[in-house]
Amino acid sequence: MDSNQQAASRRRLLLAAAAGTAAAASPAVAAGNAENLPPNLPEWGRSLGPGVIEEAYGTRSAHEAHVLRRYVPWLTPDRISSVSFTPLHDMHGIITPSALHFERHHGGVPEIAPDDYRLMIHGMVDRPLIFTLQDLKRLPQVSRIHFLECPANGGMEWRGSQMSGCQFTHGMLSCSEWTGVPLKHLLAQAGLKPNASWLLAEGGDASHLTRSIPLAKALDDVIVAYGQNGEAVRPQQGYPVRLVMPGWEGNTWIKWVRRIEVGDRPWFTRWETRAYTDLMPNGLARQFTFVNEVNSVITNPCPEKPLNGRPGFVEISGLAWSGAGAVRRVDVSVDGGDNWRTAELQAPVLDKACTRFRIAWEWREGQRAFLQSRAIDETGRVQPPIQALRRARGVESIYHRNAIQTWLVEPDGTVVNVQIDA
Amino acid sequence: MILAVGVALAAGGHALAQQGAPADEAARRMALYRPFTPPPGERTRADLAWPAPTGLVLPAAIPGIGRGAEPAEIAGWDIAVGGDGRRLPPGRGSVRDGEELYLTHCAACHGDFGEGVDRWPALIGGRGTLNTDQARRTVGSYWQHAPAVFDYVRRAMPYTQPQSLTNDEYYAITAYILHINELLPEDAVVGAAALRAVRMPNQDGFVLEDRPDTPDSACTSNCREGRAVRIEVDSRQFVRPGSHSGFAEPQ
Repeated sequence: MDSNQQAASRRRLLLAAAAGTAAAASPAVAAGNAENLPPNLPEWGRSLGPGVIEEAYGTRSAHEAHVLRRYVPWLTPDRISSVSFTPLHDMHGIITPSALHFERHHGGVPEIAPDDYRLMIHGMVDRPLIFTLQDLKRLPQVSRIHFLECPANGGMEWRGSQMSGCQFTHGMLSCSEWTGVPLKHLLAQAGLKPNASWLLAEGGDASHLTRSIPLAKALDDVIVAYGQNGEAVRPQQGYPVRLVMPGWEGNTWIKWVRRIEVGDRPWFTRWETRAYTDLMPNGLARQFTFVNEVNSVITNPCPEKPLNGRPGFVEISGLAWSGAGAVRRVDVSVDGGDNWRTAELQAPVLDKACTRFRIAWEWREGQRAFLQSRAIDETGRVQPPIQALRRARGVESIYHRNAIQTWLVEPDGTVVNVQIDA
Repeated sequence: MILAVGVALAAGGHALAQQGAPADEAARRMALYRPFTPPPGERTRADLAWPAPTGLVLPAAIPGIGRGAEPAEIAGWDIAVGGDGRRLPPGRGSVRDGEELYLTHCAACHGDFGEGVDRWPALIGGRGTLNTDQARRTVGSYWQHAPAVFDYVRRAMPYTQPQSLTNDEYYAITAYILHINELLPEDAVVGAAALRAVRMPNQDGFVLEDRPDTPDSACTSNCREGRAVRIEVDSRQFVRPGSHSGFAEPQ
């Protein structure tokens, strides 16, 4: 066997190992190809690579192909009216790449040509109006970084922990820079009748999803957005135009928005009665529960990022967010909530945006640990333990489960999703 | 005993939070969580106007961008029906016609009797379950208003061909769905007025947002007071950590 064959054979072994454990653990030691390691000159340094515009629209490294949105077959009847999850454990910083932004559609992703796009505003207005995409882009523009979270994020775990890792416990979450025209400019154009108090936003996709929005929110910070992370909003996120409802549950961020109707009361649509209402133990359901409250999760380590049996320095890192404002503080415990240390918040710490926190930890040989993070927002709201949430809301409310997450670190470095007694 | 301590701590934390919150703080939280004024009453209502907010300021209009929407254009898209039945269109349909249409367009997913197929939603059953820990949300047990059934079925159904049927056909399907929920007799024929008159069992089942509803307590040291951590649920009984709860390829 010559050295090339040996190298190829080593690569195959590594690939096989990686395939077998891809989701469970990355290899403890990155063995690599010895021919590319010091003192040898790596192969990529001995020949020319591709030039510019080989990829006029770029793609990530082929070695990152395992970082993917995933869906859970048993959650939904099909993949058309379904949800996929962002791989939070593989995200750096606070921005979610648009290609990995979680998806939630009720009628699939429509294909809309920008010239065929129209936004209609009517109802209790002085002048019913129609805007083209070009019209929207002529109006004053804002860009804001905000998290977007489905209120069902974590909803599978009211009764107990059953998901395999961070992607599925918390991955209906993303954070993007959104660009568009504040909705208040469009409403000013149309003119509001004196008794107007709510508006209805309607999507143009096959589900024609509709949510009633209080006028106070519409005139506050709602954006009619055509930009996401510097380019056009992705089709899965509402191309060409979606609503951005900072801090509010994802289903109100109407995608492919085609119509805004102004009225004097909510419409009580299917998505604010049958769905997205929070059923309490007394049989009554809370309605118009818009805010996603303060929340956080440790993304390293987590079940997808185990510790590989190596004791020593670990940087615990994760994301915190609140629909009520900026994150003020994140505490981290390694002993199941007995003692907490305050983590460092990485700038920028933005209003209603994901915030990255970090704290150093010395993981001792053979140590079993219960990792938790607890976020506090600028309004003083404290992320609750699951027991407190269950006391307040029972186990049937599906939405808005912002409980403290516990990751059990086993002595061998395996990280497990568990729920504990606090 | 441990549970009792927990409850006492939680109650203490909550009391502290409320005590420490001045009136303007409470108002600020209300503005955050409930930025609207409901009509009087403890249950949400679709048959009354909700008061207009005060003190809101619109920016100056920027003229010349966008154009007037023609009535015919609006009519084509203006499909939303209110919970109280406002804007239900003319037309009528019978339970009997609805049964045939339902079997053609709906039963493949929702089942011949509304029982639901696979993971597709059931349309019947579940009454009496809402205050249990096995709640089943169906048209009969959970939906608040009958006109909303018409609105949803017309705007989004049949699943693969939304808005493809006539208003009469949508009335008929709505009537049949209400019939299998024992809310309309077999010989019923409904239009806008009859649909408005159907009283849904859970019409008064909805209240407004009631958060914040958990204590704002953030103990930092010796919070477990010597109690060892007890695992209540370990996900390894269901899945391998870090493995496939989910898939990137169709399953």
